[in-house]
Parts: sequence; structure tokens; C-alpha cells
Amino acid sequence: MTDTKESSTEEPGTDPGTAAPAARQAPGEVPRPTGIGPLGWLRWGWRQLTTMRTALILLFLVALGAVPGSVLPQRGQAPEKVVAYLDEHKTLGPWLDKFSMFDVFAAPWFAAIYILLFVSLAGCVIPRAFKHYKSMRARPPAAPRNLGRLPQSQTYETDASPDDVLAEARKVLRGRRFRVDVSGGAASAEKGYLGESGNLLFHLALLALLFALGLGNLFGYRGNVLLMEGKTFANSLGLYDQFTPGRAFSGGELAPFTVTLDDFKVRYEAKGDKRGQATSFDAHIRYRATPDGKEKPWDLRINHPLKVGGAKVYLLGHGYAPKFTVRDAKGNVAFQDTVPFLEMEPRNMTSEGVIKVPDAQPDQLAFYAILWPTAVASEDGKQIVSAFPGPIRPVVTVTSFKGDIGLDTGTPQSVYKLEGVGKTLRPVKGGQKLLEPGESFKLPDGSGTITFDGLKEWTSLSVNRDPGRIPALLAAILAVLGVATSFMVRRRRVWVRASAGEGGRTVVEVGGLTLGNPTSEFDDIVTALRGPDEEPGAEPDPESGSEPGGTDPDADRPSGPATEPKE
Amino acid sequence: MSNADLANLSDKLMLTTVVMYIIALVAYAADLGFGRRRAAVAEQAEAKVLVGAAGAEATESAEAAPGVDDAPERPAVDWIRLAVLLNVLGWGAHLGVLVTRGLAANRWPWGNMYEFLTAISFAAVTAFIVVMIRYKAQFLGAFVMAAAVIALGVANIWLYDSVGPVSPALNSYWIAIHVTAAIIATGSFTVAGAATILYLVKDRAESRGKVAAGGVLSRVPSVENLDRLSMRVTMFAFPIWTAAIIMGAIWADQAWGRYWGWDPKEVWSFITWVIYAAYLHARATAGWKGRKAAILSMVAFAALMFNFFGVNYMFSGMHSYA
Repeated sequence: MTDTKESSTEEPGTDPGTAAPAARQAPGEVPRPTGIGPLGWLRWGWRQLTTMRTALILLFLVALGAVPGSVLPQRGQAPEKVVAYLDEHKTLGPWLDKFSMFDVFAAPWFAAIYILLFVSLAGCVIPRAFKHYKSMRARPPAAPRNLGRLPQSQTYETDASPDDVLAEARKVLRGRRFRVDVSGGAASAEKGYLGESGNLLFHLALLALLFALGLGNLFGYRGNVLLMEGKTFANSLGLYDQFTPGRAFSGGELAPFTVTLDDFKVRYEAKGDKRGQATSFDAHIRYRATPDGKEKPWDLRINHPLKVGGAKVYLLGHGYAPKFTVRDAKGNVAFQDTVPFLEMEPRNMTSEGVIKVPDAQPDQLAFYAILWPTAVASEDGKQIVSAFPGPIRPVVTVTSFKGDIGLDTGTPQSVYKLEGVGKTLRPVKGGQKLLEPGESFKLPDGSGTITFDGLKEWTSLSVNRDPGRIPALLAAILAVLGVATSFMVRRRRVWVRASAGEGGRTVVEVGGLTLGNPTSEFDDIVTALRGPDEEPGAEPDPESGSEPGGTDPDADRPSGPATEPKE
Repeated sequence: MSNADLANLSDKLMLTTVVMYIIALVAYAADLGFGRRRAAVAEQAEAKVLVGAAGAEATESAEAAPGVDDAPERPAVDWIRLAVLLNVLGWGAHLGVLVTRGLAANRWPWGNMYEFLTAISFAAVTAFIVVMIRYKAQFLGAFVMAAAVIALGVANIWLYDSVGPVSPALNSYWIAIHVTAAIIATGSFTVAGAATILYLVKDRAESRGKVAAGGVLSRVPSVENLDRLSMRVTMFAFPIWTAAIIMGAIWADQAWGRYWGWDPKEVWSFITWVIYAAYLHARATAGWKGRKAAILSMVAFAALMFNFFGVNYMFSGMHSYA
């Protein structure tokens, strides 16, 4: 064949990425309303809201609005820090609080931004989804008059009749999974709807994600509980140390499971410069899904929560719980239990706690104690310090008090603190003593005896139920798939026109338009149409922007039909 | 080899990497500054970038390019070859740093900030090498090398930590997925950021008519191609960043009992994501294209960097593993 014209130009300024949002209206295209009445204004406002410019501004505002949520302490994450901040900043603090700066992510203004953003998104994406659905079913757009002006185009002559050429084009393009329509002496073909589908899927999945988050916030709950070795926790409201229900949560929805902590073990790095670093936390528990269900063991670890009764149980923290026995002046056992201690420093787990003995006769007894899991003398030899977080050589010192603990008044008290020291509770003279496990101390004034029975541990467990969890996960997965697809698949159109030329030959024009950049697929199609034996010197020009092996993900796809040489 | 030997080897390879990157940096810069290639060669390189960025690899013309380089006016020192050679060798050493570190600690080598930053700069250099091969983007070399040298310097001077076990919260297979995705995305965003900076510089110079023929900027591709390159790399990184955030949420749900808790790291990942999303949209919006979109991309990159340095050292949160 002779007279081959090859031309291919770049489409300036378009990219695959532009494919997606380009359908939004450009700013400035919305005419300002004049005398259109309230409905007109509403329509105008809606159009404004759904423009890309508005969406961009809202996106930026969401980002900006989130900043104080990380800079200032937040009630949802660290309420105690908010209190401290308010204490420190007497004038600024209350003002910040007025603007919900300590609850940014639950603030009305933050909600206003993201709700507007999502309305804007919905207003843009949903109509587009309908349009896309229609265009997927509609015929591919008719061939433009001048195919030579398209970013990719080729012209050649052949001996086959125009009808044969078009039939062949239909076959080749169908084989490449194009949608083909032949009319008016030209074949129109289109494919790559998946790109727009992915784009829409991504945006709709974000909407779904927002709904899933809301679902969890409404119907879920979250609670924390401290559980000592040997104790059992039953899932009921009264037993939680802290409980945060969702807005639409009713207390009767707690699954009636029980959890018993048999043993808790922490492993520490024993040598090297990471000595003392915890390497694993293991809580051996037994649980029942229902009160008369079968008891099952579970190894509760970080990254290994327990799923039971629609809720999840997590291991959050741990600490020491020494066991004490206290006898009163008469020699009766007035107290025998493990007592949770709180760490005073995280490195070596020096911990403190109090023992309250309201049943002691004739005076109530109380003790303040410090625990050193691995007691050693400090460098100057004057103090005891803990040298390791693990219980290698546990020692407690107790300081004794007697009098009225104040429990009888009915005011709730912290289990970690003594109230009324120096007032209702008097220190016992000479009532300080250092105890190792198994050792006892008889108070000098004969008001009682305390025994350090041994060391146990406690864990703090978090229990939560979030009905939005799975929907959120699905939405998130769809969003990732959607965005990846929309970036990888581009819509492509190909037109083939065959018309009678001089000397009984047929002139075939092929034109290609890809949203984004030209692809090598076009050349493959032309080659398939012309057949291998009909293309002298058909090496694609490297500068033509349509080389083989490009970045186009579709370029490597198996080409549909085998190329059929034409007669 | 014992673990201590491996750890030692890792530290030595780190030194090798930094030295090679510094030499590569100098060589890339020398190539930009006084590579004696004729302007025509630079223009041809530009054409290749254009073609490469246009969605295809210009294999054949790439073969032809060295031929032009070898033309009579071959420079006394072939800076670009030296640069690429040392860059690739340094990359190998860099890989060695991570592998030996991982073997010494017997875990994924991104359990603390030192390892994380080392891995991110590795990802950035890898992304650059890919972009260089695909789009002939050697001109980015000096910038990416500078970023890598600075990152490795910071890692070694301020963040160094000896080999050790990770905290139990990190002891999960998710570290292989979530952190790796974050590393790849961050590394790629860095390369996109380098291209965007160049775009802004060249765009500014062009609008002032200050692009001297034969100057550094004339050896850099046109603003359109820089813009497009930056866009392409961002489009690669953005879905990975999205996935990294989502996989982080899944992991958080496993480890901490909630998939999203507005921890400072989560907040800043979200901010970064939102601004990159804004950039991708802005790039397709009339009135925002070009310079404004590029500035958005820079803001997003700044948020990404703040997420790494600021969040870990200024705020306390659940991601405070430093």
C-alpha cells in the first residue's frame, strides 16, 4: 500500500486525572441570578454548592479545621489534659472552649463543613452516576466529521469494500471489548467506562463511609474495666469503670458475657540497651458468651482481641496488684484481697496504692503503700528504687493510718487515694515498714497487723461494640478500589470511516480519542484493521506519542481477535 | 553472622550510602550546572520527557540518546553517568542497610523513627530511579539526592536507635502492610514534590522571562512536563496513601479497639490526604490549574512532612514510638 499518512498530536493539558472531576462545572459558568425568586436563588445556591471550586474550598476547610484537633488537647482523647489546659490558660481557655476547640471533631462548625462537603459531593456525584449509567447504555457518539483532527489518527487505502472494512472494524473492536455502533458509513466505538465507574464508586464509598461512622456513633458503646488476676468481669453497666454509650444506645443491649483473667504475663527485654522494654503482653483468660454457655480459653494480647457477643474485648494496659491480709486489734481478718496499684513511673513500674480496711475494730485502718517490682538501693544508697519493671525482687513499704476512712458518709471515694489524712485519719506512730512477700508487720500501737501476701497483676480491658465497623471497612475497601481504577482506566473512543476513493479503492480513516493521553492501543487496532501484510514501513514514529510498552495499563492487555489478513 | 555483626554492617552500609548519595548529588548538580551538552541535546531530552510523560516509554529514542551524548562535544567528565552510577550503587547499599537491619532485629526494619526515615528515603530514591528510567527525569536527581541525604543525615544524627525489639503494639503483620504502604507513598510524594518545586521555580522564572539559554533551568523540561510528571507520580502515590490510612485504621481496630480515634497521627494523615485530594481536583479545575494546584501540592507535602516530624516530636499520641 502506498500513500500512508500518519499523524498524531498530543492533546494539551489533559491528563487521566482530569478525566474524573472535569465534569464538574468550572467556576464562573454559573450565571448570577437576577429577579428569579426564592426558588431561583435556591437553585443558584445549589449550583454554587456543587461546583468544584466550592468543593475545593470545603476540602481545604476540612483540613484546616482538623489542625486544632491535633494541636490542642481533645476531650475525646485526653480529657485530663483539657482540664489542665483550662487551668493554665484562664482567659484563652474558655474562649477556645466556646468555639468547641477541645471537641473539634464533634464541633458543630466542623460538622457543618463536612456535611456541606458531602452534600456538595452528593450533589455532584449522584447526577453524574445517572449520566454515566445512561452513557453506558447509549450508543457510542457518532464519528466527528474530520477524524484527522483527533489526537490520534491514521488514513490508509485498501481494496476491500467499505462495508467489509466496517464489518471488520466492528469485529476487531468488539474483540477488544469496545462497544461498537456502525451507522452512516462509520463505526463508532467506546470503552473504558470503568474509569468513570471507579471514580463514582470512590466518591459514593466516601459517602457510605460517613454513614457507617455515624452508625457506629449512634448505636455502639465503649467501656473500660480494670480486671485483676483471678477475678471475673460480667458485661453489665454497673461493673464498668468508665462507659460511653452511643446516642441511640440503650443499656439492655449489652451481651451477657463473662471474662475471667487467670494469668497475665509481661515479657521484658532483659539485657542490652533496650533492657526493661516490654516485648509482649499476654493475658490468659476464660470467657463465656452467655451465663450458661461453654467456657472457652483465649489468649488476649495487643493485636489479638477477643470477639464475643457482638462486642470486642481489648487488652489496653496493665499494672501490679499486691495481695494483702489485714488483721485488726482483735486478731480477726478484716481484709484480704488484691489491691490495684497505679504506676508512678512507666520505666521501672514503681507503683503506689492504698489499702482501706473499714471493717477493722475498734479503729478503721488504712495504708498507703509504694511497690518496687525490683527493689535496689539508689546510687547514693539512701533510697529504694526499682531497677527493672518485672517483679524480680518486689518490695512494698507501707505507711499506716487509723481513724475514720470516710466511707460511711456515702460520698464516693477513689480506690487509689486516702481521704482525710491528718484530719479523720491519723498516722500511726512508727507505722512505716518495708515488706517482702510473705512478711508481716504488727503495728506498734497494737491496732492491727498487715501481711504482704504476694504480687499479682491487673489488666485494663476495653470492651466495645461498633455496628458501623464492617460497613465502614467495606466502604473503605470500595473507595480504594474505586480510586485506583479511576486512575488506571481511561475512557477511549475509536472511529473508523470507510468511503469510496479514487480507482475503486476504499479510503479508511481511523481516529482515536483518549481521555488523558494517547495510547498504543490505537496503533494495535489500526494494525489489526489493516492486516500485517498491508503496512509497508508502518513502524510507529517514536515521536508520535504512541509507542509500545507505555504506561497505559491497557496497553498490555491481550489484543482481542487475531489479525486477519484481508484479501 | 551474629546479630551484632549484622547491625554493625548495617551502620557501615549507611555511611557508604550517604557518601555515594553525596557524590551523586554533586554529579547531578554538576550535570545541571555545567554539563557541556549542547542545548539541542537538552531539547531532545525534553522531547523524551514529553513523550515519556505522554504515557509511553521512548525505548528507541532512549537508545539513540547516548549516541548524541557521545558526539564530538563529549564533556571531559560525563557527570550524568557518574551520577547515575553512584546513585544506583548507593541505592544498593541503602537496600543493604535495610536488609541487614531487618535480619539483625529479626523483624521488619521499620519499627522506629530511624528505620522508618531510612526506609522512606529508600522509597524516594527507588521512586526516582523508576521515574528516571521511565520518563528520563535525570534532572530531578540533584533534588531527590539532596532530600535523601538530608533525610539520612537527620535519621543518623537525631533519630539513631540501636537494633532492638519493637513495642508489642507494633508486633503485628500489619506493620508489613500499613507501614510499607506509608513508606512507598511518602517516598513517591517526595519525588512528586521535587518535580513540583522545579515546576514552581521554572514557572516563576519563565513568567519573568529569566530563563537564560544554557542556564540550569533551560536544561530542565518545560513547565507542562514538570507539572504532568508531578501529577503522574502523585496519582501513583495517592491510592497507596489512601490504602495506608485505611490499613492503619484496620490495624488500629485490632490493637487499640477503635479504627479511628483522631490521634494526632491520624489527624495529620487525614489532613495530608484531604489536601492531596484537593490538588488532584484542583488540577482539573479552571482557574486552579497550574500554579495554584502546584502550591496545593506543596502544602500537602508540607503536611506530610509535618505528619512525620511534627506529630511524633511535638504531640504525644498513640503513634509515639520514637
